[in-house]
Amino acid sequence: MSEFPGLVSGRRPVGVVSFAQYDNVRREDARNEVEMLMPVVAEVFGNIGITKDDVGFICSGSTDYLVGGPFSFVTALDAVGVWPPRAESHVEMDGAWALYEAWVLLQEGEIDAALVYCFGRSSPGDLSEILAVQLDPYYLAPLWPDPTSLAALQAQAMIDKGTATEADFAAVASRSRRSALSNPKAQVAYDRSPEELLKEGYEVAPLRRHALPPLTDGCAAVVLAAGERAYELCERPAFITGIDHRIETHSVGARDLTISPSTKLAGAKAGVGAKKVDVAELHAPFAHQELILSEALGLADGVAVNPSGGALAANPMMSAGLIRIGESARAIWSGQADRAVAHATSGPCLQQNLVCVLEGV
Amino acid sequence: MSEREPVTMMAATTRLDYVFRAGVAQSKNLHGLEQGKFIGQRCPKCKKVYTLSRGSCPTDGVPTDEIVELPNTGTVTTYCIVNVPFAGQSIEIPYICAQILLDGANLSFMGLIQEIPTDEIRMGMRVEAVWVEPEDLGPTMASVQYFRPNGEPDADYETYKEYL
Repeated sequence: MSEFPGLVSGRRPVGVVSFAQYDNVRREDARNEVEMLMPVVAEVFGNIGITKDDVGFICSGSTDYLVGGPFSFVTALDAVGVWPPRAESHVEMDGAWALYEAWVLLQEGEIDAALVYCFGRSSPGDLSEILAVQLDPYYLAPLWPDPTSLAALQAQAMIDKGTATEADFAAVASRSRRSALSNPKAQVAYDRSPEELLKEGYEVAPLRRHALPPLTDGCAAVVLAAGERAYELCERPAFITGIDHRIETHSVGARDLTISPSTKLAGAKAGVGAKKVDVAELHAPFAHQELILSEALGLADGVAVNPSGGALAANPMMSAGLIRIGESARAIWSGQADRAVAHATSGPCLQQNLVCVLEGV
Repeated sequence: MSEREPVTMMAATTRLDYVFRAGVAQSKNLHGLEQGKFIGQRCPKCKKVYTLSRGSCPTDGVPTDEIVELPNTGTVTTYCIVNVPFAGQSIEIPYICAQILLDGANLSFMGLIQEIPTDEIRMGMRVEAVWVEPEDLGPTMASVQYFRPNGEPDADYETYKEYL
């Protein structure tokens, strides 16, 4: 009998056993979405020597608003090949939530493995306008606020409350971009001190260029496997011991933007604080958001936060959350971590948050 | 506060603009149309040839890398006669909209049938593409004006029943 970690969420141990992502780029001019996904799906299966015939479920995350065409998730299935018919589902969300749906199905025990993939390109449209369309349609969306301006309001609220300074934002960006130097999939990586970064002009005060995520075209995929099947496919599976997601009100003005109660609750439900955390991969598109998330999750000083560089290194829409789970799993496969916390976010100013605790045996 | 009718509806107009990128496979198809040719792509596994491929075999999920030049002729697998006027209609009704399976292809596509009375259209009819003038050819399906009967005897049902 193989050994499995104790579970906070669910009853059946489900592990991340494979992960692949596209080369994150500013603009993928040559390939369409299907052509971007095909090599990633081939890699995520190829890593562990299986094919689509070995998974009982396929779940994807994407949004038509980025593609600019209807039913883009249906055409994306051509990257997997779904004839004869396959059990399949889709969420109009980051792939991290597609992983959640697959995890729920794996809990039921009828299937032993699932493919999760996601794709999102920032380049076909104007991302600032596209993201404004997700806001409350009565009072906020008609103003077309761009995500950087909303994030700047959040950062200013932190400064006003005295919980962070512009130098703190620069310190997060400096560390993340330096960590990204060792991430071959990073789009933005450099070795620059916080003092140097603070010399940049404001994009939207109090946020300077370094505090902003890059615009990215990319996609990613993960294979989940349950019980003994996880060990057949992976020497040291990254078992999901806790997973939970929570959402806050649609109205940005009704929230205290300096804290993240939804992350705090999801983290508590997923059992983040039960044991020592070695690595945390936090989906913080803007530098100051990493500080809010670390506080909400109660991460201790010794935790390695975003060793991949996080979303500041590459921020493919609908994928940067699943990539956090994939990077956390890699840390466990390599033995770099025994326990990792992955986080994904959606909506303006960290409106919705998913927390996933991964453990190796 | 003066008495006012409650707001029951508001209009919030939204417009988003996109740059469409065809991708590797569709670019080849579109460049073919620019030269007055149909381009097919063959799956290396199942050997099926797809017209207007997006670059992958929808059955096998692998790249359809092999380029196959397809002929100008094909078979009507099924059709409908459009009798209903609608906004933006550019063709005089009634007209025939048909699924056309090019010879050597394993996937049909939709095309306009002209130069035939609408009541003479039938499944299995052999047709050929009529292209626009060479100077008007472009990377678009609008390079094909329409399809018309090419005079060959109807195709045997067995040859296209898989594509209905």
